Amino acid sequence: MSTDLGLPRFAPRGVGHLRGERSFPAAARDALADSQLRRNLGHATSTIRAKRAAVVAERADWEELRAAGEAIKAATMARLDEHLERLEAEVTRRGGAVHWARDAEEANAIVTRLVAATGSREVVKVKSMATREIGLNEALAAAGVDTQETDLAELIVQLGGDLPSHILVPAIHRNRAEIREIFLREMPGVDPALTDEPRRLAMAARSYLRERFLRAEVAISGANFGVAETGSLLVVESEGNGRMCLTLPRTLITVMGIEKVVPSWADLEVFLQLLPRSSTGERMNPYTSVWTGVTPGDGPAEVHLVLLDNGRTATLADDVGRAALHCIKCSACLNVCPVYERTGGHAYGSVYPGPIGAVLSPQLTGVEDNASLPFASSLCGACYEVCPVRIDIPSLLVRLRAQHVEARREASRVPSAEAVAMAAAAWTMADPRRFAAAEKASRLGRVFGRRSGQLTTLPPPLSAWTAGRDAPRPPAETFREWWARERG
Amino acid sequence: MKIALFVTCLSDALFPEVGKAVVRLLERLGHEVAFPAEQTCCGQMHVNTGYRREALGLVRHHVETFEPYDAIVAPSGSCVGSVRHQHADVARAGGDGALAARAEAVAARTYELSELLVDVLHVEDVGAYYPHRVTYHPTCHSLRMLHVGDRPLRLLRNVRGMTLLELPGADQCCGFGGTFAVKNADTSTAMLADKMSHVLSTGAEAVSAGDSSCLMHIGGGLSRLRTGTRTVHLAEILASVE
Repeated sequence: MSTDLGLPRFAPRGVGHLRGERSFPAAARDALADSQLRRNLGHATSTIRAKRAAVVAERADWEELRAAGEAIKAATMARLDEHLERLEAEVTRRGGAVHWARDAEEANAIVTRLVAATGSREVVKVKSMATREIGLNEALAAAGVDTQETDLAELIVQLGGDLPSHILVPAIHRNRAEIREIFLREMPGVDPALTDEPRRLAMAARSYLRERFLRAEVAISGANFGVAETGSLLVVESEGNGRMCLTLPRTLITVMGIEKVVPSWADLEVFLQLLPRSSTGERMNPYTSVWTGVTPGDGPAEVHLVLLDNGRTATLADDVGRAALHCIKCSACLNVCPVYERTGGHAYGSVYPGPIGAVLSPQLTGVEDNASLPFASSLCGACYEVCPVRIDIPSLLVRLRAQHVEARREASRVPSAEAVAMAAAAWTMADPRRFAAAEKASRLGRVFGRRSGQLTTLPPPLSAWTAGRDAPRPPAETFREWWARERG
Repeated sequence: MKIALFVTCLSDALFPEVGKAVVRLLERLGHEVAFPAEQTCCGQMHVNTGYRREALGLVRHHVETFEPYDAIVAPSGSCVGSVRHQHADVARAGGDGALAARAEAVAARTYELSELLVDVLHVEDVGAYYPHRVTYHPTCHSLRMLHVGDRPLRLLRNVRGMTLLELPGADQCCGFGGTFAVKNADTSTAMLADKMSHVLSTGAEAVSAGDSSCLMHIGGGLSRLRTGTRTVHLAEILASVE
């Protein structure tokens, strides 16, 4: 075993889907202009929000459950190395093989090698964020392996040559008319009389996928949880496609982020209550599949577990920021986020969109590679309120903003215009005389134009405000002047 | 009771009527109001934009200014949220543990207006009269940082002559978010558009809230579109009498 005493590495550039090509404000501008997208997202998120609220309200002990989830995750992260080694030992003892991947490139190479060793040229996939994060489909395609997504929404995204825009509902940006059109155009052997009735669309996908399930010899999955004490892996899903992939093919390869380990089965009692209510708004998800090593004559004969770091250890090194690793990928924060609801997931440029993505993506890549994301929030706090493991997302966003400002300070001896303005404002406001003088100065503008009413244009950067909103005209007398005159 | 008014930099500079309303209201209820003239700004904009280091001096100044007072009130859920949830952290990050402890002590005596009235002064009917149709936007930091709950609504329901109209999607952010409104102006404006359409759907003459910042944002949009609907701070309604 080699000893690497360097700092933990961030997720590498040039591979996977953690970085966007454009900054959030630029990408958001286009998304905001898409009326179909706005309608689809508004409808879908409000529906899921209402479902979640109803099933969460059923639990009198919801806040206790959240606190328990947070505590279990915090304790697990504090001794993550021990739990991972236990998981490795137990998986190995039960006939599975464990592989450690430092980053996306290593993970893709391991999986590609494992698939090649089977001699198969096609794999079926269970919906998985980790494999999306590392760009596994693209890596396999480059090696001549055809991957088939089997989750209905992932299938829609794959056939449409699209990218997922939501953690749980990857095709949330599509409506059924668009899905019908994609199926008719891209799905081999589809019934030309297909309608946009949801049941008909699901049946078309079902018959298309069924053939692939029965033919496939290799399946690739992620994992919602890995239980260290028995080496068991879990996938939680709604459609049964996961169960097919996990039981039919001869070889099963699972890519799991190292933060997904839980110490014991008792811990699942908490998470399996929190997750479905928070994600799909169901009391319980339809399918929970668990597998523990290899069972001869039952399920896959070859079981691999690839443990993925890809910036997670770097995130763990921040004793406050590591709370983002507690995320169980329920996506409740996306569904309540007023920013996500209007821009959709693609604007974030990362496979992890929404509030948690605005924290997690810069943490995995290093904040400077995703510098606009921590600012893609009005800090309204709706995300924190619904998070099943109580991740204080607004505080983590503010923390990342500070890290970005510090990084900019270190990178350049010439301060940015914003830094100059902030320093000037802090200097002014640290002294009431200077502040009062500044208030007076701002009123000089009153000699120009009308004396009352609203300002309709301001110079940059405040012109971004007046592009869509009027601004108040400074009053003739500030409060402190009034007080001094009346009471002083 | 002697109460120190933390008027907030925004109300001081741009919305002095809000500060005057708090003074009128509290004096009418028989309390003495002090205005510590040294006060400036809580530093929230600096903290939330990533300039924690610059905010340290503002936090120290705020703590020193308000430390002598037993009760402090601000007509802003957001600024009280900053005092309560950010000041000690900023001091600690700046390596000043003693300041953090003092900041926590000041924060414990700092109240948003509806908190002061309902929890400290134990009054829900302040004797106000406001003959208008009004809808109320609860503002994110009042709702989710301070958990003021229905305190503002309990106060408003006791206002004579006023018709209080329910705002659809009330708990959704108006899109202000401090520098967010400038850095992500397009997204902010999209959020504002939805907030405005909800406000207009109520048929109210005015939309009220407990924060001048959110009202500046909503009001800026309503004014730009010449909707004829205006904004009014909670304090201004509660201060009004026949």
